This record gives sequence, C-alpha cells and structure tokens, in this order.
Amino acid sequence: MRVMAQMSMVMNLDKCIGCHTCSVTCKQTWTNREGVEYVWFNNVETRPGLGYPKRYEDQEQWKGGWVRTKRGRLKLKSGGRLKKLATIFSNPDLPTIDDYYEPWTYDYDMLTKAPQTKAGPVARPKSLITGENMDIKWSGNWDDNLGGSQETAHEDPILAHMSDHVRMEFENTFMFYLPRICEHCLNPSCVSACPSGAMYKREEDGIVLVDQDACRGWRMCVSSCPYKKVYFNHKTNKAEKCTLCYPLIEQGKPTICSETCVGRLRYLGLMLYDADRVLEAASVEDEHELLDAQRSVLLDPFDPEVIATAKAGGMADDWIEAAQASPIYKLIHDYQVALPLHPEYRTMPMVWYIPPLSPVVDIISNTGNDGEEIRNLFAAIDKLRIPVEYLAGLFTAGDVAPIEKSLKKLAAMRSYMRDINLGNPANENIANSVGMSGEQIEAMYRLLAIAKYEDRYVIPKAHVESAQDLEDFACSLNTDGGPGMGGPGETGGLRKTGRRVPGTPVAATVESFHSLKNLTDPSEPGEGRMNLLNWDGKGITNGMFPPPAVAGGTA
Amino acid sequence: MNNLDVLIWVAFPYAAAASFFIGHIIRYRYDQYGWTSRSSQTYENKWLRWGSPLFHYGMLAVIAGHIIGLLIPREWLDFIGIDDHIYHLGATWLGTAAAAITVIGMILLLIRRGAVKRVFKVTTTMDVVMYVFLFATIAFGTLAVVQFQVLGAGYDYRGSVSPWIRSLILMQPNVALMAGVPLAFQLHVITATALFAIWPFTRLIHVLSVPIWYLFRPYVVYRSRDKHLGARKPRPGWERSVRPGQNEWAEYPHKEKV
Repeated sequence: MRVMAQMSMVMNLDKCIGCHTCSVTCKQTWTNREGVEYVWFNNVETRPGLGYPKRYEDQEQWKGGWVRTKRGRLKLKSGGRLKKLATIFSNPDLPTIDDYYEPWTYDYDMLTKAPQTKAGPVARPKSLITGENMDIKWSGNWDDNLGGSQETAHEDPILAHMSDHVRMEFENTFMFYLPRICEHCLNPSCVSACPSGAMYKREEDGIVLVDQDACRGWRMCVSSCPYKKVYFNHKTNKAEKCTLCYPLIEQGKPTICSETCVGRLRYLGLMLYDADRVLEAASVEDEHELLDAQRSVLLDPFDPEVIATAKAGGMADDWIEAAQASPIYKLIHDYQVALPLHPEYRTMPMVWYIPPLSPVVDIISNTGNDGEEIRNLFAAIDKLRIPVEYLAGLFTAGDVAPIEKSLKKLAAMRSYMRDINLGNPANENIANSVGMSGEQIEAMYRLLAIAKYEDRYVIPKAHVESAQDLEDFACSLNTDGGPGMGGPGETGGLRKTGRRVPGTPVAATVESFHSLKNLTDPSEPGEGRMNLLNWDGKGITNGMFPPPAVAGGTA
Repeated sequence: MNNLDVLIWVAFPYAAAASFFIGHIIRYRYDQYGWTSRSSQTYENKWLRWGSPLFHYGMLAVIAGHIIGLLIPREWLDFIGIDDHIYHLGATWLGTAAAAITVIGMILLLIRRGAVKRVFKVTTTMDVVMYVFLFATIAFGTLAVVQFQVLGAGYDYRGSVSPWIRSLILMQPNVALMAGVPLAFQLHVITATALFAIWPFTRLIHVLSVPIWYLFRPYVVYRSRDKHLGARKPRPGWERSVRPGQNEWAEYPHKEKV
C-alpha cells in the first residue's frame, strides 16, 4: 500500500443555476491572455448538449482516455508509445480551433470613429486569429439553456447511446447544468501521453500540471485527455490546463471557481488513495464495476493501518486530519451520493458529481403533485427512465442502479427535512428506506443544503514552512558570515532593503518597530520616490513631492 | 587554396558549428519557455495531415542517408560488404525517393503557409529566413543528385566532400578536398552550413527535442513540489541557499530523507 493524497472536488449539480460565474472568474484569473482566448479551464455545459469542445465525449472520434486490451492491460485509446511517436508530425486525433471556436473581438472603434451615415455604425466581429471579418457560428456556450438544441442536441454523444424514443421526448422533459474543470485523474491519460514528460501529477496533492518550460508542444495531451481539458495555447505553442488554482490551494484557500460559486455547490477536500492499486482498479473488465473499483482505491482515513502507512510515507499529521474531515470523503464514501464523470474512460477522475434531483422534482410539481412527498419522488425516479438513463451515461458508464441510489438519498433528504421544517415529527422510516439514519440525513443536509464555507472547503496548507522566507533566501549574500548576514525573521518579513514583503506578518519587536518606522521616516534621505502603500497617512514624507526649487536657482 | 577557400570551407563551417552548439546551450539555459515545435495544427489540419508527415519522414531518410554517405568512411562500408556499386545504386535511388518525398511534403507545407490565412498570419520573419535556407539547401541537394547521380555518370563525393567533413570534425581541416567539387554540391554545402548557423534561433530548435525517451519512461510522471518550490526549476542564481552541512530536507520534517 502506498498512501497518497489527492485534492479533490465534488459538485452538487442540484444547486447549479448555470450562472457561469465560475467560468468567468476562472477566465479572468487564468486565461485572459493572447493565445488562450478560446480556453476555458472551467466551463458550464447545458445537458443535453454538445459540450465543449463539440462532442468531446465521443471517444470513437477523439480517442481520448484508456482502453482495456484483450489481455487485460490498459492502453491509451489513441495508441501505444510507438504510435504516439510515429504520429508526432501530425496528430490524427487533434481537435482544430473550429471544434472549439475561432476567438473573436469586435471592431469597437467603428462605433466612435465612423463618419455620419444614415444607418448607425456597427461593430463587426473580427477574428482574433486572422483579424478579418468573421461569422460567429459557435462558441464555448452556444447551446446554453438548450438554445438551438432542436438542431444540435441530437448530436449529444450521450443521447446517441439512448434509444430514439428517448431522443424525441427529451427536450420537453429534462435539463441541467454540468460545470467542468480538469478531473486531476489518478490515472491521467494526458500525463501518460506527453512525449516530453512535461506533464506531471504532484506527489503531495495529486494536482496535474504542465511544466511550461519542458513542454515542447507535441499536442498529445490535448487529444489524449477524454475530457478535453488540456488546451493548446496557439501563441506560446504550449499546452495549458486547469491548475486547480494550486497557489490558492497551497495556502489552504479554495479555487477561484469554488470561492465565487454563487450556488455554493462546490466542495474541496483531500482524499487518500492507494497509488499501488490505481492501475489494477482502472483495468477491471466490466465498465459498470469501475465505480466500485475506484471507490475501493480511495482509502479510509480513519483506518489505523492507513494512518500508519501515510505517516511512514511522510504525510504530515494535519494532512491526515484534513483527510478525515474531508467533505469529499463524506460525499463519496459515507453518503455515497457523489459519482465520477465518465468512469468508462478509465482515467480515475477525481472531480465527482452529485446527480441533480431537481428535474425529477420539477416534473412531479408540474403535474400538480407534491414534489416533496417521498412516495411520489421514489415512483418518479423509478418511472422517469429518461433523466436516470442520461445521468447514468454521464456518471456510471450506463449503470442506472448507482444513479437511482444517489437520487433516492437526495429525495429522502428532501422529504425527511420537510417534516422537520413543518414542525412535524421526523419520519425515521424515510431515512431507513435509503439505508441511512435520521441523524445521517441531517448531517448530509447540513453539508449539502446549509453548506457552510468551512464545511465545504477543508484544505490543509502546503508544507513549505520556509517558503515565506524565500524573499530572504533570494539574497545570495545572506549566508553565514556573508556581507548580508542575518537570517530571516530578525526583521519580521522586512527585507534588508527596508521594504516590506507583501503579505508577510510583521512581528512586534523592537527591530521591526524601527524598521517600520524607517519606511516613512522623513529624516531618511529620500530617493525621489515613495510607495504610497507604505504611507501611514500622517504628514509629508520624503519623495512625496519633488524637492523644492532652491532660491535663486535656475528660475 | 586561396583565402576565400579557407573562409568558405574552414572558417564558415567552424563559425556555424559554434553558433549551432552555443546557440542551443544558450537557448536551453535561458529560453526553455520558447523551446517548442510551434505547431500550427490547431489552425489547419487538411494540408498538414499530408504535408507534415511526408516532409518529416522524407527528411529523416535524407538525414540517415547523409550520415551513411558523409560520416562513415568508404572503407568501413566496404568491410561490411557494401562496395561502391551497391552504395551508388542505394544512394542514388533511395536518395532520390527520399528527396522526392521531402520535396513534395515541403511544397505542400509551403503552399499551406502561404495560402491558409491563419497559418500565414503566425509566420515570423525568422520563419521566412529559415524557409529560404531550408528550401535552398533541399533544392541544391536535389539538383546535385539529379544532375550528377541520376542523369550524369555519378560524382564521387565520398572522395571529396565526405573526407572534407570528417577532416573538419577531426580538427584537421583539408581545404584542398573541396576545390574541384561541382557547383551544385558546393552550394548545397554552403546553404546547409548557413542553416546550421541559424538553426538554434529558428523553429528548427524542436529537432533536438525528439522525445525518444518517452518509449522507456513510466506512463504517469510524478513530481514533488518540495524539490522545486514551485513547478519549475529555479533560474540560475535563484536556487535556494543551503547552509554548508545543513540537510536540504531539514525544513520538511514530514519529508525527511531516510
């Protein structure tokens, strides 16, 4: 057993209102640059729909993920190592920019600079690649809220697997949102396909990253990722992907998509897993068993043997505690309501989803029945094959049993909590009908519905205790006996230059008092400039104004 | 042997070699971020699907042929049973085939670069310079093969150009060997030398990154963030300072080396 930690996410689809705040804040943080205009580390898809890029789930076309060979071994669907090198000059499975969309801007200048004409001026769309006029025919979110889906939804690869009868009714019955980020898989096919070895999975937290210096732009990761969450920056010609906001995660803060999620539907936490068993679990023959196989790889953080092995492997105590308090572990293991996205790709994805119950509730309510009555809900889950089968196509490789189980738990929670909210006695039978206790249901309710910030995000800080001293380490003269001698901490985050390192706390010591005072000390000779951020707002300090002209000078 | 000969056949090749090696080292040390194949496949795939493999596989065959013809002495090939006649047949016909494939691929790629607006837009000045020298080298090389080996009686470059190159490698340059070489061969050598000189400053830099070791490494790569304090290696001069005698891992009690 080799215990490793994985920073994981669960999204509660029941609460997603499709507002795209996650996508927008992610874009502003990571991909508001040239070359990545079309790149959405986070995107929100309306399902049924084509997804982004178009039809990315059709692996017969894109050849992403792994396949199990007849001998029971895993092979990249796009081919083995030799084939990867042989097709390096032209990747046969690479999506072109048109499968995403051609990025564009508008000719805004025209609005202000156009001469007076009878018709008002228009800002025409201009391609950001060629600079020419273009027709906008598709983009990252073109079928949002089923817009235009009458024409496109039949191309949805999940729908294509369902019967014709289902396809007919679908648009009238069922719609939900699917926010997607990189899955940070336990068995990542993108990392495995990178010829340069530039992609890697971090040992500490399992975040999958691209080393921008080592990437040589061979593009194999883009085509090998079945979720199409590695993108090609067409200006730097390097691969880029969701980083799970690792600079934030390292500080114990949630990712930007989670932090800004309006529906508060994202959960972040550690999962411990047995790295030695990942390949075995990803290779089970029956696709329907992949879910349980992946669950079996995820370890119980309360198991003394797991704890001992983790500690022997060098895991810090606070990380083990964080794994025990992880909301992800509760949702995946305790309540078993969360499910992985497309386990059949065999990459062991680690962003899981709680399937949405709301479409079922809506259908019951629309027929005039009580959408919170447990028997109505259970009957609907059993009868409404369309949503359940569609969700199974997304989350369980087509196996409806785990979907039904998950939805029934959500239904039970709804009914059970209604009694309590109405002041009626709690009905323990409802909880028991889904194999839970009333207490468990209430705990799940607190996690899913109340969803306190500190319950949603249990993120241990990265262990680089000395990293905050980096600024001081950077001074090569700062060694023992060197000219810049004097260790960090002496001035409490104050650099030798007298400027404060942003974000570091200043210890209240005599030294720091004087150092701080010196920052704006008028008696110090000024350098002709000052940093307004350091100004205490009192008095005039040196550098604030240009030096006064000397009397009798060059007037 | 006049000064011009020394300049062209000694000074220029050595200067080009210096530029080639030093250029690569500098770029490797200071411009890893710019070191890429600069693929334009996401812009356009229909032309590239044919042009790129044709050009690259043709080029690989051409390079293999040059190694056999230029770097391996005639006597060694004789020793393993490849006499002049067999060599000439192989070099002429396999070489012509490889040249044909390369030239077809290159023409497809050049048409694509000119005709496809998206690709044309991302073509840099350095790309154009590189294309000129690359095209000239391939054109003169093909011309030499067709003129002398296919149509003519055959020119024995293994008695002149090959030993000249080996004399350069052995640091005992022999200029006289290049004196009587036909013009097509001479121009091929000169343009190729120039191409080597500008090589590390062009997109050709990707040639040195052929990821052969992908065949031998485990599929999933793991990396520790501790080692780098970030995803990338610190730049020269920015490495963490470690006191002499201090355990580099001391700051990470949970990760102490055993």
